[in-house]
Amino acid sequence: MTDSLITELLTEQHAYVLFVLLSSIGIYMMIATPNLVKKIIGLNMFQTGVFLFFVTTAYVVGGSSPVIPPDGSGGPFASPLPHVIVLTAIVVGVSLTAVGLALTIRLYNEYGTLRADALKEVIGDE
Amino acid sequence: MSDILLPLLVTIPIMLAAFPLLAGLKYERAGWPIAMVGSLVVTGLAALLTWEVYLEGQSTGDQIIHELGGFPAPRGIELVGDGLSALIALLIGVVSVAVLIYARESGPQGNAFYSGYLLLTGGLLGVAFTGDLFNLFVFLEIVGLVTYALIAADRSGKAAYGALKYLFLGTVGASLYLIGVGYAFVATGTLNMLDLQTALAEVGYTDPLVQAAFGFILVGFMLKIALFPLHTWQPDAYTYAPDSVSAYISALVSTTAAYALIRISFDVFTVEFFAANPLIADGVVLLASISIVVGSLLAVMQTEIKRIFAYSSVAQFGMIVAAIGITSETALFGAVIHLVGHGLMKAALFMAAGIMATAYGARTISQYGGLAKRAPFTSGAIAITGLALVGIPPSIGFVGKWFIALGAVEEGSWGLAVVIFVSTMLTLLYVARIIEKLYFDPPGDPHGAGHDDHGDGHDSAVDGHAVADGGHEPDATVEQTDGGSTETPVKPGDSPEQTAAVSGAVSREMLAVVVVLTLATVALFVSADQFAAMLEPVFGRFFQ
Repeated sequence: MTDSLITELLTEQHAYVLFVLLSSIGIYMMIATPNLVKKIIGLNMFQTGVFLFFVTTAYVVGGSSPVIPPDGSGGPFASPLPHVIVLTAIVVGVSLTAVGLALTIRLYNEYGTLRADALKEVIGDE
Repeated sequence: MSDILLPLLVTIPIMLAAFPLLAGLKYERAGWPIAMVGSLVVTGLAALLTWEVYLEGQSTGDQIIHELGGFPAPRGIELVGDGLSALIALLIGVVSVAVLIYARESGPQGNAFYSGYLLLTGGLLGVAFTGDLFNLFVFLEIVGLVTYALIAADRSGKAAYGALKYLFLGTVGASLYLIGVGYAFVATGTLNMLDLQTALAEVGYTDPLVQAAFGFILVGFMLKIALFPLHTWQPDAYTYAPDSVSAYISALVSTTAAYALIRISFDVFTVEFFAANPLIADGVVLLASISIVVGSLLAVMQTEIKRIFAYSSVAQFGMIVAAIGITSETALFGAVIHLVGHGLMKAALFMAAGIMATAYGARTISQYGGLAKRAPFTSGAIAITGLALVGIPPSIGFVGKWFIALGAVEEGSWGLAVVIFVSTMLTLLYVARIIEKLYFDPPGDPHGAGHDDHGDGHDSAVDGHAVADGGHEPDATVEQTDGGSTETPVKPGDSPEQTAAVSGAVSREMLAVVVVLTLATVALFVSADQFAAMLEPVFGRFFQ
């Protein structure tokens, strides 16, 4: 019973497994590494996992892109809504990365380090 | 006809946000007037909306709905206005005008700041009005992005550190919320809040997918609202941000996040969801209670004024979220009042703390010794709003806490009632400490660590501040040698023409704003009936 469940999960729903893996690795990376740039990479990975989840939910077996011809034939179509959501979320993610990197550059110019633990020490002492 | 107010409220500040930068190419000081026009328009429109909702709510109880771009509801995005969102919009308008008046002198200067300011106002209003879960995510991220930028607006390294920390945690919070929205979408196939309400009921509230959706949304918002143990970004962000920005974000950013959580909990998941999942409801109350107690304890342990207020926010928002968990109409009514009241009180407190810091260089409790004689208005404002925060009548702080506690007792959650009582005592402890320092501690008192070493120790300390605030220190030094015993003419704002040129000086307007906000927190004590009239149709829908 459990075996078949795991097999099913790995063969048919591996995209969801990948979503969980990618997100967890990303968030772990963000927490564990002291390097600010790597933290930002981890954050991006976490977000990418979430995007993957949305793209997966839109998938329809044998579905084509949802451009419906004038006579209304065709189908099945993939759901377009999650794709729109992901596009928007990617834009948001890019802006966040930009702001994060800008702040990191300023911290580096000010304190000469990219290590979060060192920064904490310096700022705590002031 | 009145539904056109909703898109106007959201788009006007966002469109105006481009102009400070554009006009800044030609006129160096164009930013402030443009931001002021934007904030005043927003306040006016919000007042109009509140008035219409107030009138209409009496007669029909309907919401004001605007379909963006004319696309019909389940597929298009709606903006929804009702008593609750109108109140929040009004709060946003009032606070943005107040902080803007304050920021004119205190900075941060530069047109980019005012662009960000307008963008933040628009984003907050978007959170208040949107009727679509994914649209809410977008507005939350607009708010988040601008907040990170504004916290770092004074270009100091510390502020950048606080902002980056907030960026990491805030983004994770928003992404967790997005996962929750994704689960709800998978379960129902819709993102519209009103539509989801029926769709979720059809799927069933005990469906694991629905439960997981709420779990992710809750944790995401806990990060945004800054509840213990997910609050760690907040003290750094509030402490290291420029004073005007601290006041603005402490009053509004977490507030709108808490508002959004209330909206999603009761408009999307509804009371039946909590009734069907008592474990989730109890979990919310438990987490919030821990946040109340630990936040208060941490606040008591701090010495830096802005940090005290930051940790106090952790506790106050704990109360608001607890009111969601016990799903009592009375408690939720208190939570909404507390949301508004806390916004006003924290704005006043952070601005007052900013005045103390710019005029006297006082940023810790020990440096506050005897400042009441030199800054009577600011000290009075801190004392009164501080006591309002404790919940001493007559003040809006009392009304909010009273109804939350009353709701807790009505629902029989005595634990929560005790927690609120304990936290009130702890709040009194740290507020009393500040008041005691301000009024009953002579300057240069041995307890006043920092400038205590010997007889003329505080003279040199004042000279040190003179460099920092650069405005009216010759008089200040004279006053100080008098021992501060005479009626002191040196108040912040006494010599505006002398100080106006110096950024970091205290102007008359800054003082006036703090005093007016303080009086507002007291005056709103009598407002419970108006709040009830505004919220009755909304709560009628929540608790039908």
